[in-house]
Amino acid sequence: MLKIKDLQAGLEGKKILQGINLEVKPGEVHAIMGPNGSGKSTLASVIAGKEEFEMTKGEITFENEDITELDPEERAHKGIFLSFQYPVEIPGVSVTNFIKTAINETRKSKGEKDMPASDMLKMIKEKADLLEIDRKFLSRSLNEGFSGGEKKRNEIFQMAMMEPKLAILDETDSGLDIDALKIVANGVNKLKSKDNAVIVITHYQRLLDYIVPDFVHVLMNGRIVKSGTKELAYELEEKGYDWIKEELV
Amino acid sequence: MAKFTEDDLKKELENKEYEYGFYTDIESETFPVGLNEEIVRAISLKKEEPEWMTEWRLESFRYWKEMVEPEWANVHYEKPDFQNISYYSAPNKKPKYNSIDEVDPELLETFKKLGISLEEQKKLAGVAVDIVMDSVSVATTFKDTLAKKGIIFCSISEAIKNHPELVKKYLGTVVPQRDNFYAALNSAVFSDGSFCYIPKGVRCPMELSTYFRINQAGTGQFERTLVIADEGSYVSYLEGCTAPSRDENQLHAAVVELIALDNAEIKYSTVQNWFPGNKEGKGGVYNFVTKRGLCEKNAKISWTQVETGSAVTWKYPSCVLKGDNSIGEFYSIAVTNNFQQADTGTKMIHLGKNTRSTIISKGISAGKSQNSYRGLVQISPRAENARNFSQCDSLLMGNNCGAHTFPYIEAKNKTAKVEHEATTSKIGEDQIFYCNQRGIDTEKAIALIVNGFSKEVLNKLPMEFAVEAQKLLEISLEGSVG
Repeated sequence: MLKIKDLQAGLEGKKILQGINLEVKPGEVHAIMGPNGSGKSTLASVIAGKEEFEMTKGEITFENEDITELDPEERAHKGIFLSFQYPVEIPGVSVTNFIKTAINETRKSKGEKDMPASDMLKMIKEKADLLEIDRKFLSRSLNEGFSGGEKKRNEIFQMAMMEPKLAILDETDSGLDIDALKIVANGVNKLKSKDNAVIVITHYQRLLDYIVPDFVHVLMNGRIVKSGTKELAYELEEKGYDWIKEELV
Repeated sequence: MAKFTEDDLKKELENKEYEYGFYTDIESETFPVGLNEEIVRAISLKKEEPEWMTEWRLESFRYWKEMVEPEWANVHYEKPDFQNISYYSAPNKKPKYNSIDEVDPELLETFKKLGISLEEQKKLAGVAVDIVMDSVSVATTFKDTLAKKGIIFCSISEAIKNHPELVKKYLGTVVPQRDNFYAALNSAVFSDGSFCYIPKGVRCPMELSTYFRINQAGTGQFERTLVIADEGSYVSYLEGCTAPSRDENQLHAAVVELIALDNAEIKYSTVQNWFPGNKEGKGGVYNFVTKRGLCEKNAKISWTQVETGSAVTWKYPSCVLKGDNSIGEFYSIAVTNNFQQADTGTKMIHLGKNTRSTIISKGISAGKSQNSYRGLVQISPRAENARNFSQCDSLLMGNNCGAHTFPYIEAKNKTAKVEHEATTSKIGEDQIFYCNQRGIDTEKAIALIVNGFSKEVLNKLPMEFAVEAQKLLEISLEGSVG
C-alpha cells in the first residue's frame, strides 16, 4: 500500500529525515517510536504532503502510484488520513459542517455527487456512537475550547467518517487519560480491516497495549534504526532508547 | 511538492476581475455636470415636487455650501470634484408595468447577470422588490398585497407626492440636513430612493427588498430612504447593491433614516457589492453613507450589513435609543481586498433608561486593503442602567493588509455597563493544511474559515439574503478566499 524508499526531507534547509525505508501492506499496523526530535512527526507530515517540508531525495508511492508531487488534498482523496498531534481550531465551523465538507469534497474529486443528508446523518450517528461521542459535541466549533482528549477523539471520529485506506495517528495518545485512551483505541480497532492499514506514532508503549502493532520501528536521528515486533516496544519501555544508541555505535 | 500557496492565492485574487462589471445601454437623460441652486431647483422640478420640498432641498444646499468634507476617517482617496458630477440621471422610458413582460428586456438582462432576475424574485415567495436603477424606480411588485395591510412601499418621489404629511413629518428628523457634509449634499440633490410606512400594529408579511444599482458613467447616486414603523409594527427591510465597473470613481452618498415608534421593530439588512476598483486600485465606488435609526419606547432597530464592495467606504449605521427600554443592534461583515479601504462601524446613542445595544463587527482584510472599525457607544446622564456589548473581530489574509479598531466609549451615567471585546487573527498555514489533509482544497478551506468567522453575522440575515451574502463573500475573496 505505502512504500517509502530512501526518503530524505527537511525544513528550512535543515535535514530531518535521512533516508527512511518503510513498507506498509493492507491489514497491517505499524508503530513508529523514538525519542523527541527523531523525526516522527516530520515523517507523518511528509507523507501527508505538508508543503513546508522539502523532500530532497527518495520516493513515496501509495498503491503503486508516486504521490510526491500531489497536493495534500489529493493525497487525502486517495485515502491517506492524518490524525494530528495538535489539531487546529476553526471558529464558527461546526464539527458536523466540517466533516460534511470534507466528505463531499472528497466525493467531488472522484466525480461523485454529495452524500445525501439522510445518509450523512445516519453515518454521523453511527460513528459518534462507536466513539461514545455526545451528539451535542458535533455542533460545537471545530476544536474550539476542546479539551486535549476531546480533540483527539474528534480526530478519530473524522477518521471513522472518512474511512481512509491508510491512517497515520500522530501521538494520538498524548493528552488522553486512560479511559479516553481505551475509547480511542477501541474505535481504531473496530475500524481496522484487512484492506486498510494504520501507522501509530507514539512515545510510549502504553497505547500499543490497546492497538497492537504487527511491526515496531525505532526512529532515531531521521533513520529507522531498528525494527521488530511488539516485543520491541516492551523492551523500549523498560530500557529506554540509550541501549539502541549504544548498539549503533 | 508543488502546492497552491498563499502567494499563489494572492496572485489569483489580484487577477480576479469584478464579476458584475457590465453596462446596460438604456437611453438616459442626464443633467450637465455641476452643482448650484439652479441644478437643485431643476432636480426638484424634474421630479414634479411641491414647493416645500424644493425649499427643503435649497436649504440643505445652502448648509452644504458652508461645510467641508470630513477628513477624520482612516481612508485616503482623491476627493471628488463636486462640480464635475452630474446630479441627475433617469432612464427615459418609464412606463408603468403591470407584468414583468412589459419591462425593458435589457433591464431584465441586467438583473439576470446579477443573478437576481425578477422571475426568480417573483418565485421567492414573500419578497417584494422595488428596483432603483439610476435613481428612478422602474418596477414595484407585491404592492397590492402590501396595500391591503395599509403598508406603503414606494419610491420616495411618489411618497412626496402621495403622502406628503408623512414625509414632511419625518424626513430629516433622524439625519438632519446639516448632520454632515454628505448628508447635506444628499438632502439637496437626492434623486430617488425608497419609502416605507408600516401602520400601527401591523406585522409586514414579507421582507421588503430593494436593489440599487449605479449605471451611468460619471453619475453620482444620491439615494434617500425613509422607513417608518408605527407603534407596535414590525418590518424587515433588505437592501442589496451591485454596480457595473467604471474607470473613474463614482460617488455614492446615501441617507437612510429609520423611525421605530413605541414598541415597533425594524430589521434593516444590507448586502453591498459595488465595484471596488481594479487590482491597481483604480476606479471603484466611493461610498459615503449616513444611516441612522431612532428608537422610541420599547422599540428595536437591528442593522445587519455585509460590505464587500466599494473602493472607499465610510459608513456608520447608528441607533439613537431615545425611548426607555429600547434596543439597538449592529451586525457587520466588512471585506476589503486589493486597495479597498473601509472605515465602518456604528454609533449607539443611549438616551433612555434601560436601553441596550449590541455590536458585532467582523472585518476581513486581504490584498493591500485597510479595514477599520470605528464605533461610538455613548451613554447619556439620563440613561439609567444602559447596557452595551461590543465585539470586534478582525481576520487578516497575507502580510500587506491592515485591520484597525477605533472604539470610543463615552459613559456619563454610573449605572452603565459597557463591554468591549476585540480579537485579531490570521488565517494560518496550519488551518489550511488541516483542511487540505481532510480533502478540502485551499480555496474551499479559506471560504470555510471565512464563513465560520462571519457566522454570527450571517445568521442574522434573512434566509434568502444569507445565501446571496455568502456568495458575495466568496466572490470578493475568490482566488484567495474562494
